[in-house]
Amino acid sequence: MSNRIQHILAAFLATLILSSPALAQFRIDVTGVGANQYPISVAGFKTDARLPVDIAAVIKNDLTRSGSFKLTEAPTTMSENETPNFSELKAKGADAIIGGSISKLADGRYDVRYRLSDVAKQTEIVAESVVASEGDLRFAAHRIADAIFLKLTGERGIFATRIAFVSKQGSRFRLNIADWDGDNIQVALTSPEPIISPAWSPDGGRIAYVSFESKKPTVYVHSLGTGQRAVAANFKGSNSAPAWSPDGQTLAVTLTRDGGSQLYLVPAGGGEARRISMSQGIDTEPNFSPDGRSIYFTSDRGGSPQIYKLSVSGGESTRLSFSGNYNVSPRVSPDGTKLAYLSRRNGKYLVVMRDLGSNSEALLSENGTEESPSFAPNGKWVLYATNLVGRDYLISASTDGRVKQRLSAGPVDIREPTWGPFPR
Amino acid sequence: MKKIAIIIALVAGLAACSSGVKLNDPDIVLGTRKAPIENRGDTANSSAVPGGNTTQSAVPTVNVPDPMNDPANPLSKRSVYFDYDSFSVKDEFKTVVEAHAKYLNTNKSRKVIIQGNTDERGSREYNLALGQKRAEAVRRALAALGVPDAQLEAVSLGEEKPKSTGSDDASFAENRRADLVYQ
Repeated sequence: MSNRIQHILAAFLATLILSSPALAQFRIDVTGVGANQYPISVAGFKTDARLPVDIAAVIKNDLTRSGSFKLTEAPTTMSENETPNFSELKAKGADAIIGGSISKLADGRYDVRYRLSDVAKQTEIVAESVVASEGDLRFAAHRIADAIFLKLTGERGIFATRIAFVSKQGSRFRLNIADWDGDNIQVALTSPEPIISPAWSPDGGRIAYVSFESKKPTVYVHSLGTGQRAVAANFKGSNSAPAWSPDGQTLAVTLTRDGGSQLYLVPAGGGEARRISMSQGIDTEPNFSPDGRSIYFTSDRGGSPQIYKLSVSGGESTRLSFSGNYNVSPRVSPDGTKLAYLSRRNGKYLVVMRDLGSNSEALLSENGTEESPSFAPNGKWVLYATNLVGRDYLISASTDGRVKQRLSAGPVDIREPTWGPFPR
Repeated sequence: MKKIAIIIALVAGLAACSSGVKLNDPDIVLGTRKAPIENRGDTANSSAVPGGNTTQSAVPTVNVPDPMNDPANPLSKRSVYFDYDSFSVKDEFKTVVEAHAKYLNTNKSRKVIIQGNTDERGSREYNLALGQKRAEAVRRALAALGVPDAQLEAVSLGEEKPKSTGSDDASFAENRRADLVYQ
């Protein structure tokens, strides 16, 4: 009896220790499936080593959460060198089989090998060896899932990408970096004052954000590898809404140094600001087009906040949104063909997806308390924040509206998610 | 830190005052002590006299009010509230703005940050810009009353520092606000 209580106490303390200093873990719920689901069998990887990460489990989760795969019965373990039992796999409905192994190298790193085979043709599709340190084993598994995804769907996967988001626990604000599935959370910054608008540099090495640590909004650029921070914009008034140019040299920001909120360009390392918008109203939330020539932004120059586009080299702005009286937070897709933004419809704040060619639009969300949409680097997903019955969630919705991955951190305030670029 | 600076300033001020007084003038030096000492029927140095007076009158404290915290002074009011979707300073806050303009005009070394706030609905960045409009409205009102730009900075906290965390109309109204924060 007392032994049992001790166990419960120990478990409780462990939970406390794990959950209080940082976000412990997201719970993930996936709803919906893709238009086509590729049946695949993922065997356990053979290994003698005791590993902190189950490589096959990470690959399986990545593939199923994408909505594009369904798992069929798999051998408990199978190395890349073993010949799969193709007829049995075929009978279980698999179109492809993956097996692999993990061995420890002399330098302490791991050699992760895998082979993906076509079940019907009984031929190899791809085989690789990935060498990773213990801390990068999860990353290696995501990389393998991406390689499989590319081979079988023809599209680049986002399993090895990361997301950034802000959490508030007690009076402490944190800038968190996590894998696309919300796992492997690392805290880049903690502050007693709010942090908003994180934006990944195109190379994924830096994050620009707005910090209120000096009692006013100031734009910082934070190097994730070193923790080094530099002020990018701290002019008189408010400094906010950083957006990276595609070459990573320049930030578009909102400054109020000349009165109202207007758009400016500043060097990412700080320096002189050049004003690029000229309106009597609010101009904010800039977002560069993939070619770096235009900027999408929010402006209330017409009386209500709407999405506009202007050329970085100057000239007139073009209004892009017309339905409703509240359209904000534009994000252009990586191929420049779509725009995701937040729209108020009947009092609900929803994520809208607009095709910039046909101008047709579709609602991507339905809850009504949405915020901060951002595209995955392959353009197939949009990440946004929402609140449902007092709980905060991060949602990754496939742009075809079919699949939603919901990340829940429990009773923790989470917001400002933004999807990072492809890893280099 | 700021408090310490103020205390140092006060002590320095007191020292400056007393240095203007002739220290060898006993009436002035003992002035504050005179009343209670007189009642003892003796000097302070011979209080051990047996059978002496045992009543000691209480010393009342006189506080010079801090104008910033004196409820009777409009300077103690440092929040300006706005109507929904509105960014103009309402007439009821005129006296508050005027008092701060007067204070800033007579205290040229003082600087004030005007922090605009909004309720939580919608985009954080757009709300930051809306909060800026409120701060800017107050800044302009102060500037119109002659306060130099160098003493003023309008910034926004948007929806990030809500005074009221509820999601009802009363909380939203509480957060549609610009605060004057002296540096």
